[in-house]
Amino acid sequence: MSKKVIDLDNVVVKFAGDSGDGIQLSGMQLTNTTAQMGEEVATFPDYPAEIRAPQGTIGGVSGFQLHFGKNIHTPGDKCDVLVALNPAAIMANIKMIKRGGTIIADIDTFTDKNFEKAGFKDDTLEIIKQDYKLIEAPISSMTQETLKDSGLETKVIMKSKNMFALGIVYNLFGFPTKYSEAYFEDKFKNKPDLIKANIKVLKGGFNYAAAIQAMPSFRIASQTDLEGKYRNISGNVATAWGLLAASEKTGLELFLGSYPITPASDILIEIANRKDLGAKSFQAEDEIGGIVSAIGASFAGNLAATSTSGPGLALKSEALGLAVITELPLVVVNVQRGGPSTGLPTKTEQSDLFQALTGRNGESPIPVLAASTPTNCFTMAYEAARIALEHMTPVLLLSDSYLANGTEPWLIPAMKNMPNIQTKFVDANKEKYLPYERDKNLVRSWAIPGMKNFEHRIGGLEKMDITGNVSYIAANHEKMTELREAKVEKIADFIPELKIEGYIDSDTLIVGWGSTYGHITCTVNEMKEEGVELAHAHFNYINPLPKNTADIFKKYKNIIVCELNRGQFAGYLRMKLPDFKYKQINKIQGLPFTVAELKAQIKNHLDIK
Amino acid sequence: METNKYTPKDFKSPQEVRWCPGCGDFMVLASVQRAMSELGHNKEDYAVISGIGCSSRFPYYMNTYGFHGIHGRAALLASGTKIANPKLSVWQITGDGDALAIGGNHFIHEIRRNVDLNVLLFNNQIYGLTKGQYSPTSTKGQKSVTSPFGTIEIPFNPGQLTIGAGGRFFARTIDVNIKESVEIFKQSDGFRGTAIIEILQNCVIFNNGAHSAITDKETREDNQLWVEHGKPMIFGKERNKGIVLDGFKLKVAEIGKNGITEDDILVHDMHEDDTTIHNALVKMQLPEFPVAFGVIRAINDDTYDSLIVEQINEVKKTAKIKNMDDLFNSGSTWVV
Repeated sequence: MSKKVIDLDNVVVKFAGDSGDGIQLSGMQLTNTTAQMGEEVATFPDYPAEIRAPQGTIGGVSGFQLHFGKNIHTPGDKCDVLVALNPAAIMANIKMIKRGGTIIADIDTFTDKNFEKAGFKDDTLEIIKQDYKLIEAPISSMTQETLKDSGLETKVIMKSKNMFALGIVYNLFGFPTKYSEAYFEDKFKNKPDLIKANIKVLKGGFNYAAAIQAMPSFRIASQTDLEGKYRNISGNVATAWGLLAASEKTGLELFLGSYPITPASDILIEIANRKDLGAKSFQAEDEIGGIVSAIGASFAGNLAATSTSGPGLALKSEALGLAVITELPLVVVNVQRGGPSTGLPTKTEQSDLFQALTGRNGESPIPVLAASTPTNCFTMAYEAARIALEHMTPVLLLSDSYLANGTEPWLIPAMKNMPNIQTKFVDANKEKYLPYERDKNLVRSWAIPGMKNFEHRIGGLEKMDITGNVSYIAANHEKMTELREAKVEKIADFIPELKIEGYIDSDTLIVGWGSTYGHITCTVNEMKEEGVELAHAHFNYINPLPKNTADIFKKYKNIIVCELNRGQFAGYLRMKLPDFKYKQINKIQGLPFTVAELKAQIKNHLDIK
Repeated sequence: METNKYTPKDFKSPQEVRWCPGCGDFMVLASVQRAMSELGHNKEDYAVISGIGCSSRFPYYMNTYGFHGIHGRAALLASGTKIANPKLSVWQITGDGDALAIGGNHFIHEIRRNVDLNVLLFNNQIYGLTKGQYSPTSTKGQKSVTSPFGTIEIPFNPGQLTIGAGGRFFARTIDVNIKESVEIFKQSDGFRGTAIIEILQNCVIFNNGAHSAITDKETREDNQLWVEHGKPMIFGKERNKGIVLDGFKLKVAEIGKNGITEDDILVHDMHEDDTTIHNALVKMQLPEFPVAFGVIRAINDDTYDSLIVEQINEVKKTAKIKNMDDLFNSGSTWVV
């Protein structure tokens, strides 16, 4: 399926609320700020026909839509972000929000009465939450709280709640509040208390969005060239569903041990909501607790997983080593964000690759996979579970903030078509269980508490080959180290080969991995239109690499590795396949590549003027 | 449940036990093997799970399912195991360093969650495996390789910590008291919830005699109070001393003196939800008081592992989504 990337620098925002809510003012302010920031902008105010339509009804909804970014010629068709100050404002605009778009709603207006006026049914809110990213912000009450000491009347205070909403939007897109501040200082020259009040509320909204680490959802439009039934899905939800699907396929209960962290929390939230499918979520007291509880659940025979982001993965590394040496199946999802340390919690980056590959003590190899689009998160999470269970190993799946919050149309799969997963449970009729006896793929078998006659002990100390008893024998340690490595290498026989997209016969191969897929694909397509033909190899499997990687690299004179870090995958390729020369395109701004950037840098590498 | 005819020997693993000769851990191992043989679970339904430290080698010596984890994290390995399969009888083996230093956070949270676990906390007031550094339960002033001039830290009292974290079950025993330990282990296994059992354990190499003031033959009857639910808290060689309430505090009184009769002695109620007396009992220290042993606190409450199953069953009853295909097709969809 070919993908077209919509960069977030081209956005449609709509404010909507009761006609007395100051919707037009918020819209004008955002217009003014975006224009001052040098963006192109087009606007479309839409007032209710009736001047005094009943409050809270669809008929009374006032709106203001604006479209900002590059090459803007229209106010936009459907919006990426809807700011709705009451349920009626959601209902009036629901058909005009892009699937998977973001709705910022004043949750203080979510009353039965307002739902009724807006025509919500029992499951309306639930459906909205599934199809859109709903940011439930207590806009009215926080406005009230912000101005409780202002001496202003409640009625006056509530008039400024539109500024709270505007503050949220400014934060969402990284716009400053200063242009609006200047506006108030000018407008209310003679009413200093109103200047103060409006600015305070505006900043209140801005800071609230920062505090909850609010993020807009990136949208990725797929050209849906395959016939079938579609739905919209975000990367994080797709990841959760991939794990759930593997659980259903194998009949193993899913256990997710996790600790909330941006931008991975939505995986935990989705699993916590899937009690209907019997999933067990365990919100641990910390990141270590998340992974260790999952290892415990794996020991007991569940399909166990833990989800986190970079700093959390750092905390999990010792336990990940325990899963390596005990050779227990475990899926670790790392939704990468900007680092090091707390770094850029809401921004995207691919800079945890080295951490994923080597961030543990000792020789500690694990399979590393990477998802390349929001819907591919489903496929790769399922693959991570398949490899973990079939090869008795922890598997690390890399996603990132861009994928996690990105949504795209998804051709709905059917469970009967999902690949089978062969679990490695020991044959119950076996006379004796030797925990570290291996099959031809070097995989040990799995005996879990409750299985009669197979009682055994595992742990973090080095194991004797075959018996699994504690062993400090020098030669055994070397042998076990080699076995663990060979076991992971062997997985290359059970993953798809690398495919070449774009123009196979080019002498230049663009290499990417993970979430850069859409932008690279777009770049390759656009450059072909300009007469530059490029081949594109995209990696979903990083350790082990697909078996045919070297054979493919051999065919190209130029190999350009594009990634959102300082060159980690390029460095890894230099170590694994040192016979090739790798050029690099790197970006480390917490943002995805843009097609324009990629085109310019590729041309630069190829000396194309 | 079928009746099992196990003997303690059935729970001995073929691995050679490698603790220092004279280590208190041997006694605890014997007590656990005896308790398990008498409990009636199938052998394959036991999981013995540890962290790091001398005592954490324990699982290797048990012929049950066992998991030797990483330092401080046994609570979570055990919790994950039990939540994944609530039918198991899960025994967590930990020490004063493992549970109260590196694993302190997990310790209080496992207690708060009340996962149905038996937690054997070996307290020898020293780090043995790393050769003699002081621990969070070392007495203030204790000299060790890392406190050559004596510690300046105030030790944790595991009982107070347990009760402070909302603990529903706390018991205390001594490594050498096999008979009492077996009974306590059996009680803790029958108890639904996180059962913390502090075992005063002697490290012969690095902290020999740490508990001797309590355990010495000559004085032990005067220095140990073994509480029993529903019975007065009487102790002493002559069985003539008891615990009485003096305002909000406990006091040792002598029966027959100052008009004190057996009726004045506090009767132990391990099911009392109010923590005042239980907390006072676990705090009792020599020389003013005897040290309390036995099951001090046992409050029945919901367990995490049963609640999660109940919640799943409850949600499933009215759920519209019954399987993945339902989920895939839920919400808004469209056809191309």
